[in-house]
Amino acid sequence: MSVLLFTALVGGGSFCAGLLGSLTGLGGGIVIVPMLTLLFGVDLRYAIGVSLVSVIATSSGAAAAYVKEGYTNVRVGMLLEIATTFGALGGAYLAGRIGTSAIAVIFALVLLYSAYRSMKPLAEHGSTDTAHPLADTLRLNSTYPTPNGFQPYTVQGVPAGFGLMALAGVLSGLLGIGSGALKVLAMDQLMHLPFKVSTTTSNFMIGVTAAASAGIYLSRGYIDPVLALPVMLGVLAGALTGARVLAGAKTTILRRLFSAVVIVLALEMLYKGIRGGV
Amino acid sequence: METPRTQRWSDDDVDQLLGNLLRIGVIIATIVTAAGGVLYLAQHGLEQADRRVFRGEPPELRGVRGIIGGVLALHASAIIQLGLVLLIATPVARVAMSLVAFILQRDRVFVVVTSIVLALLIFSLTGSVRG
Repeated sequence: MSVLLFTALVGGGSFCAGLLGSLTGLGGGIVIVPMLTLLFGVDLRYAIGVSLVSVIATSSGAAAAYVKEGYTNVRVGMLLEIATTFGALGGAYLAGRIGTSAIAVIFALVLLYSAYRSMKPLAEHGSTDTAHPLADTLRLNSTYPTPNGFQPYTVQGVPAGFGLMALAGVLSGLLGIGSGALKVLAMDQLMHLPFKVSTTTSNFMIGVTAAASAGIYLSRGYIDPVLALPVMLGVLAGALTGARVLAGAKTTILRRLFSAVVIVLALEMLYKGIRGGV
Repeated sequence: METPRTQRWSDDDVDQLLGNLLRIGVIIATIVTAAGGVLYLAQHGLEQADRRVFRGEPPELRGVRGIIGGVLALHASAIIQLGLVLLIATPVARVAMSLVAFILQRDRVFVVVTSIVLALLIFSLTGSVRG
């Protein structure tokens, strides 16, 4: 296959991944690695390296808008980034130590979990219960825009959320994904942030988390410019298109479809990982 | 602990600034990557693409110094790589700007929090951890 054809095909696939990822809120990152390894036969290490870079592009692009609209809780994000960057460094370190088969199996399990989570969307809840003492000390409690103006909310479960964020960071550094599903879970279920605040703050943190491990992948020679070109530009274009279409679109069917794709990719990844074909 | 915030640096001002910084970073990185890509495809488009076998990138594409050297020599792959480095640097610049904002807001706890994150990022980007 010539470089031109390869670039066009990978770019098209990445565009679809970015578009679906943004429409369903799952993020394009999780399907980039399986797409590159299973469809295009790219080595897993190259795939993870470029996936990290594309994750930074989409999350930073989207975060720019959310921060300005006032959804993102920058203080919560900053605090939890200590956990995710530590985790990401650990994950990137691990990625150089354990075999690609083991990484493929872990990846498959994370894909299955993400598909499962996306089947049951989280309900909106902003809590005004008594905040965790740490949330008061660190002034984490904030407000967010709703149709009825800015609503205040309190933050709970700070230590538990911090712990789960460290795990999200490890998975991000190990697998080259944003770990958005896990980040949202930590903020929604453990810290009781409003859903929109959880998703936008998660998105805000993804870029920093991915940058922490991307530096290590770059110095190891895992980031290939020729592969990154179509993946990064394709995913970014797809995600931006998705964000335009998103306003008011019903995404239930798309979510199911995307989850089905993710499950198929997960099973194939699991099979290859166990058989040792990655 | 509660310190009054300066007039010029409300949380909302900082949010606007961070948002703009992220947007500009992504735009610049995208332009550089695309420019390098056009050049690369013009020069190497008809060669064989093979990323099945992992060889690892050559040393000059693994660090900022080598990449800048390649860019000055107008190597297309180095220009793409520079775009990627600018992209990786975008969230790092965002954290650095948050640090400045927290210093100006005299928010000591968050100056420490942000410094830790920035230190970890610099630790990673300077290639201190190779694994």
